[in-house]
Amino acid sequence: MRITAEDLTVRYPGASRPALDAVSLDVPAGCLFSVLGPNGSGKSSLVRALLGVLPLASGVARLEGRRVDEWKRVELARSVGVVSQSESIAFPLTVSDFVGMGRYPHVGPLSVETEKDRAAVRAALAACDIEPLALRNVTTLSGGEFQRARIARALAQEPSALVLDEPTSSLDIRHQMAILELLRRSADDGMTVLLVTHSLDLAAQFSDRMLLLAEGRVAQQGTPSEVLREEVLSDVYGWPLSVSTDPDSGAPRVAPVRRPPSWVPGSSRRDLPQ
Amino acid sequence: MNRWSLAIGLTVVLAVSLVVGVRFGSVPLSTNDVFAVLRGGGDPTARDIVLRLRMPRVLLGVLVGGGLAMAGATFQALLRNPLAEPYILGISGGASVGAVLVLAFGWAASGSWVLPLAAFAGAILAIAMVFGVATATGRAMDVRVLLLAGVVVAAFFSACITLILSLSTARTVQSAVLWIMGSLAAADWGAVTLTAAYTVPAALLLIAFARPLNLMAIGEETAAYLGTDVERVKRAALLVAALITASGVAVAGVIGFVGLVVPHAVRLLIGPDHRALLPLSFLAGGAFLTLADLVARLALAPTEIPIGVITAFVGVPFFLALLRRSLTSA
Repeated sequence: MRITAEDLTVRYPGASRPALDAVSLDVPAGCLFSVLGPNGSGKSSLVRALLGVLPLASGVARLEGRRVDEWKRVELARSVGVVSQSESIAFPLTVSDFVGMGRYPHVGPLSVETEKDRAAVRAALAACDIEPLALRNVTTLSGGEFQRARIARALAQEPSALVLDEPTSSLDIRHQMAILELLRRSADDGMTVLLVTHSLDLAAQFSDRMLLLAEGRVAQQGTPSEVLREEVLSDVYGWPLSVSTDPDSGAPRVAPVRRPPSWVPGSSRRDLPQ
Repeated sequence: MNRWSLAIGLTVVLAVSLVVGVRFGSVPLSTNDVFAVLRGGGDPTARDIVLRLRMPRVLLGVLVGGGLAMAGATFQALLRNPLAEPYILGISGGASVGAVLVLAFGWAASGSWVLPLAAFAGAILAIAMVFGVATATGRAMDVRVLLLAGVVVAAFFSACITLILSLSTARTVQSAVLWIMGSLAAADWGAVTLTAAYTVPAALLLIAFARPLNLMAIGEETAAYLGTDVERVKRAALLVAALITASGVAVAGVIGFVGLVVPHAVRLLIGPDHRALLPLSFLAGGAFLTLADLVARLALAPTEIPIGVITAFVGVPFFLALLRRSLTSA
């Protein structure tokens, strides 16, 4: 599924600047696309605008060439799996019922789940390494386990695109890598993956393309080595960063450095007293 | 517990409560008397008691109790609040103002339909006020605004009731308090028919919303991403549940705790899947209210205790135990 946006602009009532200011992007099928940027730069707003749950001030978001507001929610749910930034559970239910909710868009209102639905749930549980937790109550899971259950629910939708808002931020290194490997394989199989993340290094290793947001605007867009540049990143994040090349993968590697008192945002690391 | 075994168990309990509710009362009847009446015979007094008093009364108990329990389960899911109950939007306050006005002005004498009609009108007014406030701000209905509007509207109606009662005679105050506590004593076939005509289709409609309600209980944004038309489901299900509540309050007064406690009990036994939770809450609520009404009739016979007292006497300890359990397991 191709996800495109032209000049997306979003304004929250009472805010001094737009949350998103004329953001355009084009994510073709089979692309793993990362959205980066500091807190409050508009990453989540971008995701919600692309998914049609946030009113736009101007611009247009399209999925498969069709305006997102022309999709029915249930059609959209059959094609796009979403892992939002957070969710809280008010009533306890089992992990397999929770993941099984990913099948709802495929089941008619008066019909029951079939073997195909159950197989999709089992495959999703296996892909996220949570089969042993299937009968556990979701409210008793650790943060990382719950996060994997949410990703499994999106996979159970058997979508042609996945949109994930900081899906690995509460995961340990092994599960973080396992989820990213899973997303990479899915993209290689033709799925469109849109990933919001703060892990610049991991994004650099796994992404085909990336977009760097700063205060609602596109600061940089392109391949990882085009986007992850020292001057740009230091300026956007307001902190000196050093970018090197990973000798194994050849991907850029980003490390924050200690900030001397004389450093001001906008100056690059090379301006620092050596 | 398996949902099918609970379904069978509750069906049996409901059937027993119907039989027991018809068999026992302040006038003693034997089981043979009851069967004689059901076969078309029996003496005229027994026929009158069984057919004109007790049968409509137990059936109304099933409809009102089942309806309140189902409405409570729906409100809890849509408001994502385990403490939500059918009266949370001020429906009981509106209905009470309608009823108290009728009692204060002595209009109840003009016909048995006047009091329920006024209570229903008051309930509809409350629903209109709360929905009006919650949808005034824009295109999306915010459930937090809805809850606050419910609290404020309830406070307003409560003040109205206090004002009317403070200007009323002691007799009016007594009958108003008894009405507010709830009772199935006014049951007749007309009330049963009207309540059934609304509650049964409404209950089926809510069951058809079971999957979207499962999603809404997790969160509105997630529900949207999993294919739910959130605004449509929220408005439709809230309105249907509010109208079930209004029709129950109109014929039986403000019967508390059924709508709060029954869905929780069922959820503890079979989990939060509304495909099972809603129909089983109906069965459990119907059986609970019918049995509570039996206790209300028999405990101090021939004096009837308001049924709200019985549901609260059972409901309060149950709810405190539930609260303790949820606190210790957290």
